[in-house]
Amino acid sequence: MSMLEQLTHRDRVFDFLAPVASPVDVRHGPILYMEGVNVSFDGFKAINNLNLTVDDGELRCIIGPNGAGKTTMMDIITGKTRPDTGSVWFGSRHNLLTKNEPDIASLGIGRKFQKPTVFEALTVFENLELAMATDKRILPTLTAIMKPEYRDRIDEVLQTIGLQKLRDKLAGILSHGQKQWLEIGMLLMQKPRLLLVDEPVAGMTEQEMERTAELLTSLAGKQSVVVVEHDMGFVRSIARQVTVLHQGSVLAEGTMDQVSNDPEVIKVYLGEEE
Amino acid sequence: MAISQNWLLRPFQERSTQIFLGVLFAALVVVTFLHLFMPQDSALHVSAYTVTLLGKYLCYALLAVAVDLVWGYLGILSLGHGAFFALGGYAMGMYLMRQIGDRGTYGDPILPDFMVFLNWDELPWYWLGFDMAWFAFIMVLLAPGILALVFGFLAFRSRVTGVYLSIITQALTFALMLAFFRNEMGFGGNNGLTDFRDILGFNLRTDATRLGLFIATGIALAIGYVICRAIVTSKLGRVSIACRDAEARTRFLGYRVERVQLFVFVVSAMLAGVAGALYVPQVGIINPSEFSPLFSIEIVVWVALGGRATLYGAVIGAILVNYAKTVFTGVMPDAWLFALGGLFVLVTVFLPKGIAGLLQKRRKAKTDDDTPTGQEATA
Repeated sequence: MSMLEQLTHRDRVFDFLAPVASPVDVRHGPILYMEGVNVSFDGFKAINNLNLTVDDGELRCIIGPNGAGKTTMMDIITGKTRPDTGSVWFGSRHNLLTKNEPDIASLGIGRKFQKPTVFEALTVFENLELAMATDKRILPTLTAIMKPEYRDRIDEVLQTIGLQKLRDKLAGILSHGQKQWLEIGMLLMQKPRLLLVDEPVAGMTEQEMERTAELLTSLAGKQSVVVVEHDMGFVRSIARQVTVLHQGSVLAEGTMDQVSNDPEVIKVYLGEEE
Repeated sequence: MAISQNWLLRPFQERSTQIFLGVLFAALVVVTFLHLFMPQDSALHVSAYTVTLLGKYLCYALLAVAVDLVWGYLGILSLGHGAFFALGGYAMGMYLMRQIGDRGTYGDPILPDFMVFLNWDELPWYWLGFDMAWFAFIMVLLAPGILALVFGFLAFRSRVTGVYLSIITQALTFALMLAFFRNEMGFGGNNGLTDFRDILGFNLRTDATRLGLFIATGIALAIGYVICRAIVTSKLGRVSIACRDAEARTRFLGYRVERVQLFVFVVSAMLAGVAGALYVPQVGIINPSEFSPLFSIEIVVWVALGGRATLYGAVIGAILVNYAKTVFTGVMPDAWLFALGGLFVLVTVFLPKGIAGLLQKRRKAKTDDDTPTGQEATA
């Protein structure tokens, strides 16, 4: 009976209709919290009891040899791969394991792929327009109009990524480095709290690398940024905190100097590489 | 910027849409004039036969526009759009059958001839309501729309794309063809529905009604074209291009790719249904051969010839190929399929962007634009 009474309240919406509180809660510390995560593909343990926390506003670099599980880790955070066991939380409110890719994206986790993926048949401006944090359902998208404040926001991001001059060019004609920046710009349009960036400088020239390093360090603070990278020089130039992954779990964590002096790390990774 | 913010008005401000609508309406007016006011023996007289033939081409053009919407802009190669066309056609056919009344061979006031012939005593439930025009016309949209909704929901939710989706659409239309061939289905078996008399009270066999249907088809094509244009020039259109070119990226931006696909697919199926509904009264028959996989493939060839992802290219392709078919099958009926195949190969090799691509190149050369375009996406 009380149920029925509840239904007849005219000043309140039903509980199931009320919007779910979405702000990310970081009062208790980390923005990303992974504990005891395990994933195996056909018996191969890609991720093995992985524990990782990333603080709000932090710029974190993740390094590790091939097959260490870096990309799989990103897949888990963005909802592409489901772990066998473990828990993954975004802030202290959102359990990422119960959500799909678009939901996670709209919560504020942006992901840049290893290979630059931009929409080549659209202009730079349109690429950013699509990435903008707006209502992404069908009908609002169909009737969407370009408001002046949207235009300003896009121009602001164009400024940040340094592609103002290429605003109305098709993204298909951009160079490799420019595509990478455009993709980072698209992530920024989403106003993410957490940016996952997979090998941002692969295939870049020295200068492009420098600009990318500047771009990423300028983003940290406003957003939390997790960068997965192979290039040690690049990591050294941007990293404050470095996490070394090996065979699906964390091998060492600390500043670049601490990590590169760690005998374990030298054995599995740095020793082989340099 | 002068571009309208209202998504439905935006197409009217585009040069290409203005030209398209101008040419289409001019063609309608000229044909109507030549048909009505030129003396029968004049060389310029357009006969009722030709008017109906042109009406048929316009139906195909609308169907091609529907296919271009999903193939060109969404990257879904549907090899089963004939199914939606035929369903719209059957909905119209059922209405036309009920309009025959007791004028059929067996004179039954309610049952169509083929049901009397099969010794059925009453109308199957799904034939109820088709004596009312409004109901039938709604079903013209709903029948293909619901099929597309259910089919698309299942396919897109499971993330079936590419060749696999094309094969399933092909299977869909083939399965429907087999089903509609069966007499027990209650759609006239392999003879289909025919022997129509009136539509909305007008005798289908008079020239005036034929001209009316031709004009109605032209208007439907114009409306369908504008709707498609409105979709592709909206932000949703850019999202569908995004789904076409980088599905995963689109998903990570927060768009529900499967819903975008479903929406565009259903709109396209409904347009195909309208094309089918206008086709049936003009050719006077609908039978399961419209479901044949070959027909659906032919539609794709029209679009490819005309040029993908332009919409007007689809219209040009549909009209040209069907005109060629009419001429060819008159002269050398056996050679038609070879000619079509040859044409397809030639266009794919020398004009990868179809006839529309040729037009664009011309215009580009004129304006002396130096920006390179890597526009076209892979299928």
